[in-house]
Amino acid sequence: MRISITRALSILQRCARDCPQQQHSSPSVGNSTLSGAVRLLSSQALATSKEPEAGNVPKKSLNLFSAINQALHIALETDPRSYIFGEDVNFGGVFRCTTNLADTFGKHRVFNTPLCEQGIVGFAIGLAAMLVYSCIRVLQTVLPSHAILGTNLCVYSDDTAASGDGKDNRAIAEIQFADYIYPAFDQIVNEAAKFRYRSGNQFNCGGLTIRAPYGAVGHGGHYHSQSPESFFCHVPGIKWLYRQSVEDVPEGDYMLPLSKAEVMREGTDITLVGWGAQLSVMEQACIDASKEGISCELIDLRTLIPWDRETVEASVNKTGRLLVSHEAPVTGGFGAEISASIVERCFLRLEAPVARVCGYDTPFPLVFEPFYMPTKNKILDAIKTSVSY
Amino acid sequence: MGSRVVQSSVRLASALGRGLGGGGGGVAVARGGGGTDRRRGLASEAAQQRRDSEKRVGSGDIRVDLLNPFELHRLHDGPATDVFTSKEELMQMYMDMTVLRRMELAADMLFKSQQIRGFCHLYDGQEAISVGMEAALTYEDSVLTAYRDHGIFLGRGGTTFEAFSELMGKKTGCAIGKGGSMHLYKRENNYYGGWGIVGTSGPLGTGLAFALKYQKKPNVAVAIYGDGAANQGQLYEAQNCAALWDLPVIYLVENNHYGMGTAEWRASKKATFFDRLSYIPGIKVDGMDAFSVKAAMLFAKEHCVAGKGPIVVECDTYRYHGHSMSDPGSTYRSRDEVQGFRKERDPIERIRNIILKEELSTAEELKKLDKQVRREVEEEAAKAREAPQPEEHELFSNIYRLDTGLVTYGCDRKDTIKLP
Repeated sequence: MRISITRALSILQRCARDCPQQQHSSPSVGNSTLSGAVRLLSSQALATSKEPEAGNVPKKSLNLFSAINQALHIALETDPRSYIFGEDVNFGGVFRCTTNLADTFGKHRVFNTPLCEQGIVGFAIGLAAMLVYSCIRVLQTVLPSHAILGTNLCVYSDDTAASGDGKDNRAIAEIQFADYIYPAFDQIVNEAAKFRYRSGNQFNCGGLTIRAPYGAVGHGGHYHSQSPESFFCHVPGIKWLYRQSVEDVPEGDYMLPLSKAEVMREGTDITLVGWGAQLSVMEQACIDASKEGISCELIDLRTLIPWDRETVEASVNKTGRLLVSHEAPVTGGFGAEISASIVERCFLRLEAPVARVCGYDTPFPLVFEPFYMPTKNKILDAIKTSVSY
Repeated sequence: MGSRVVQSSVRLASALGRGLGGGGGGVAVARGGGGTDRRRGLASEAAQQRRDSEKRVGSGDIRVDLLNPFELHRLHDGPATDVFTSKEELMQMYMDMTVLRRMELAADMLFKSQQIRGFCHLYDGQEAISVGMEAALTYEDSVLTAYRDHGIFLGRGGTTFEAFSELMGKKTGCAIGKGGSMHLYKRENNYYGGWGIVGTSGPLGTGLAFALKYQKKPNVAVAIYGDGAANQGQLYEAQNCAALWDLPVIYLVENNHYGMGTAEWRASKKATFFDRLSYIPGIKVDGMDAFSVKAAMLFAKEHCVAGKGPIVVECDTYRYHGHSMSDPGSTYRSRDEVQGFRKERDPIERIRNIILKEELSTAEELKKLDKQVRREVEEEAAKAREAPQPEEHELFSNIYRLDTGLVTYGCDRKDTIKLP
């Protein structure tokens, strides 16, 4: 069964027009050494924007990377000006996201680049800039777990306005591991993010998507485990999105808003907010907490820029407590942004300080990884502390 | 030869007797048959060369035929082609390369039995580069490389015990177990380590060279990178700086023809690396022949120390294993190709053939030596396995220079760890 993601990708393209970049990540399912699966949401026709949960469409489980693969397939199929490139994508990529695409669509559209991240992203910006759409998305996919339930690649667009001329270049660049994205930092932050703004909307590189697997795998060490989201979330002009995969995905097209968080689990005592691989760890903590009579509400942010303040605010107004968790180090992590925002909005409602359960302020370690990670027990401890504040 | 050369803490024999403390003790063994004392660096070697002839290198009376000629770029004269060696040097080279080979094979098995975790990039096949390079350098020269660093570490005087410990994440590792396979270091021998991101050795090596020149030291920095990394922009930047300021840096390209799984001709418009820049001279060398590498590196060092600026030395080599332990190495190259290299161009075989041809030893003795090396390397691995893991405070230490009393924030910012 193939999820029709054609519309998804065209929507993504449109979304590129005015959507910020999003980081794509996937949560780990179970306690695998590999982290998360990516939940890809298939996009829906613009005409009928309904949430997959709300729809009556039949659902199916898909492996995360198969889902990405299918989505990319659809992108290439529906838009003759889509391209996928990066290190080793030709044979399928180190995570198999691009399997068979070169064979199907040709080496002129799915091609390898040399080992040069700065060059890859700069090149991608130029390619995307040739056309009208503008939106740089950085999709971070989490390194795969061996217990992936089901994911669908979802490309979402919240754009219901003008469709544009439909002739943009969809450049989809792959950075092999998020740890390698730093040589491209300048291009992303200084060129891609500011292009539309500084040209007064004459130019943009909205058709650009950058995919990068991120997150801990259990043995990745310093350079195969990092979560660089907070560096980039600080930059207006890009979008950063995560995808999780822990659910059945509807067959057929459907659309998910880019900046709409999902309440994965309803509760009344405390709100937990996370994204990517960390969600499955948090889910385990919620289950354990419920055994002790604490009812947790778990929210998947899905996108960091822009992030769904309203949903989180509504939830905190309900529960009065907030806990944010991510793998990146705690100082300056994105949890800090969420915490500050929610305190501004819900100060009088909060019953306890906002808790952040994150990585330590150290380089991502090799042998010490189990100590470093924000594990289920650390989250559980923080939940209990917050609830009994 | 034999047990005298092999120490209980196995390190490359050639490392013994070098200047600047090989770390962890070890008996200094006189090196080189009637030859130059490496501790005095290149000066005496150069003097030796001038004494003997214009194009002769090495001391001893055994003549070595270099298998492949050097290719030169922007150089009027190239490295010496009259290469001489001695029994001691040959036996040391054989020994060093065998230790290296054995260590990589042991690391392979340890990884497969999950005693090494993380990533592991093996060096077997490329031994001639490490051994040949070290035959031309001293420990006052600085070396840095990328992640395929086991061989370079041993060449720089690291012991197999330190290496295995580091691979297994033990306290006795050269980086206290915090780095792992890709991050082996040896400060006292000016080995600035293995680096994870490819291409970083370029600018870093250039900086080291600046420091050496500034301090007026007759030494070079060797920045090692591969054919895949050769397309990184930062190399171009670094090489321009080095040329502009005449810095004594040797850019050593370990061209094993595959950047992970991508063949060189798929990644580079021009798949040669010694002649990429019109303003930096280069030499292309048979990287499977330790003597060629030695001759080229001697030449390159002399070039740099004479103030002529940087130089690129491209070593044509091959790795038998895949890129890392998760790469079988067979999806992008044929078995015939790998076997062909093993048969025709194996670096250890080359030395063995010279030894046998010159009747310096017999096949049985060499086989005995192989077995001995294997046993000792495995003993070192077993010792490393028993070593303790690093203490918990190591997670938080050495982030800054003065870690004592430093407060590291953990989860929640309320959870703080203060270092003792």
